[in-house]
Amino acid sequence: MKELRLMKGNEAFAEAAIRAGADAYFGYPITPQSEVMEYLMAEKPYERTGMIVLQSESELGAINMVYGAAACGKRALTSSSSPGISLMQEGISYIAGSELPCLIMNVVRGGPGLGTIQPSQSDYFQATKGGGHGDYRLIVLAPSSVQEMFDFVSLGFELAFKYRNPVMMLSDGVIGQMMEKVELSEQQGRLTNQQIDELYPWATTGKKPGKERRIITSLELDPGRQEKHNLKLQEKYRKIETTEVRYETLHCDDAEYLLVAFGSSARICQKAMDLGRSKGIKIGLMRPITLYPFPYSIIEQLSKQVKGILVVELNAGQMIEDVRLGSHDRIKVEHYGRFGGMIPSPVDVLYAMEKQIIGG
Amino acid sequence: MTEEIIIAGFGGQGVLSMGKILAYSGLMQGQEVSWMPSYGPEMRGGTANVTVILSDERISSPVISQFDTAIILNQQSLDKFENSVKPGGLLLYDPNGISRHPQRKDINIYKVEATTEAAKMGATKVFNMIVLGAYLKLKPIVKLENIEKGLTESLPARHHKLIPLNLEAIKKGMEIVEIVHVV
Repeated sequence: MKELRLMKGNEAFAEAAIRAGADAYFGYPITPQSEVMEYLMAEKPYERTGMIVLQSESELGAINMVYGAAACGKRALTSSSSPGISLMQEGISYIAGSELPCLIMNVVRGGPGLGTIQPSQSDYFQATKGGGHGDYRLIVLAPSSVQEMFDFVSLGFELAFKYRNPVMMLSDGVIGQMMEKVELSEQQGRLTNQQIDELYPWATTGKKPGKERRIITSLELDPGRQEKHNLKLQEKYRKIETTEVRYETLHCDDAEYLLVAFGSSARICQKAMDLGRSKGIKIGLMRPITLYPFPYSIIEQLSKQVKGILVVELNAGQMIEDVRLGSHDRIKVEHYGRFGGMIPSPVDVLYAMEKQIIGG
Repeated sequence: MTEEIIIAGFGGQGVLSMGKILAYSGLMQGQEVSWMPSYGPEMRGGTANVTVILSDERISSPVISQFDTAIILNQQSLDKFENSVKPGGLLLYDPNGISRHPQRKDINIYKVEATTEAAKMGATKVFNMIVLGAYLKLKPIVKLENIEKGLTESLPARHHKLIPLNLEAIKKGMEIVEIVHVV
């Protein structure tokens, strides 16, 4: 019998971390993701699996603790919301430069600055284009349900370790705060230090006699060697771009108009699509699951079929730039968004589709 | 079957937990459910609301602007959500503290004197269960036995001794709900 629970997105993420066999969670509270650490503290995973949960002194502390744990080959994660994620950018850049695996969740709230605590998707650029300094990429997963808040934790760790790259889950206040049915997966065991040592030849597990020293660093003063490192990173990103694209299409087979949205917006768009179809308008929906790597090719393919695309985001127009790249300006691509914590209704989205794309 | 509900009132009235019990009960009978709260600088005495959807199919948007049912527990919420009820839909409210009553003629309106009844029962905390009972009388979308399971799941074990009182409150709500206007 499958284990079903009604959980908030933030709680599902926390439970998933324990079940994925994570070794350590480091975090600092911020709305709307505070339930993550609340749940972990109440659940006492150090008694269930030995997983460490620690409230750091700040977001800088949290991300650098993740950096340290990841350097030792441990499965480490953190979560925060927009202003806290901005504080973490230096650490994230170092982790990307050092090629270490970890999972970071951003439960996005409106900005800029402290902004609002209500839901937003205004951190798309920051997440997908490398929020910190240097030429790097995060693998970015966009959950659109509480189930995906659970499922993407083990997927995220899998990808992080496969590519030795930080993975970000880009969620938002809607997905974090809402409750839905979740099907829980089985508990996975944590790796022993010996398993880590054997599986990850880069992990700093203590120098053994007769073995090479393992060094984790993001510093390279020789420009030739740094360029080589940059090229190696770029090669890895190209590989990720060809093998890890994930997306979902709904009613795209006969679609004349296309909605493109991720996360909570995709849920709103799904209802807008149903409303449109009940009025006889053939609307399809493409939902990117990986925001990096972005599913350009399906956009290219669909842009040869549909008459227009409406990109719906809780921001002033960020993902639309990638949709335009994918569509090569073949057809009309327009943006509809609300921001500052305002959320459009499905009726609003359908109205925008009719006015901006179909009528225009 | 899909039922889209907004429950709105003061923080502290048990708005969010009433929604949670409905959602749990839906889960117990194998339905898809979503529970989307207003969150943030809400506090006891401030306004709070929650959107609950129960459906036999995958739920698309947890955020909606038109509801099959609005359960309204204060004046601000009545002013805010009366026009969000779908034509032919249901508006259930507690008239306690309401000075401007619902005006619409194209929806079914019922009232439940839950504040008064909870005081009579000497248990003001079961106020929300009286309201829930009234709602379930009008729309029996979940069975009482599943509500009981929902209460067991959603309440911490130390509160399980209160379940019989809560069920009594639900039954009381079923008895005292009154018609105001039907289409």
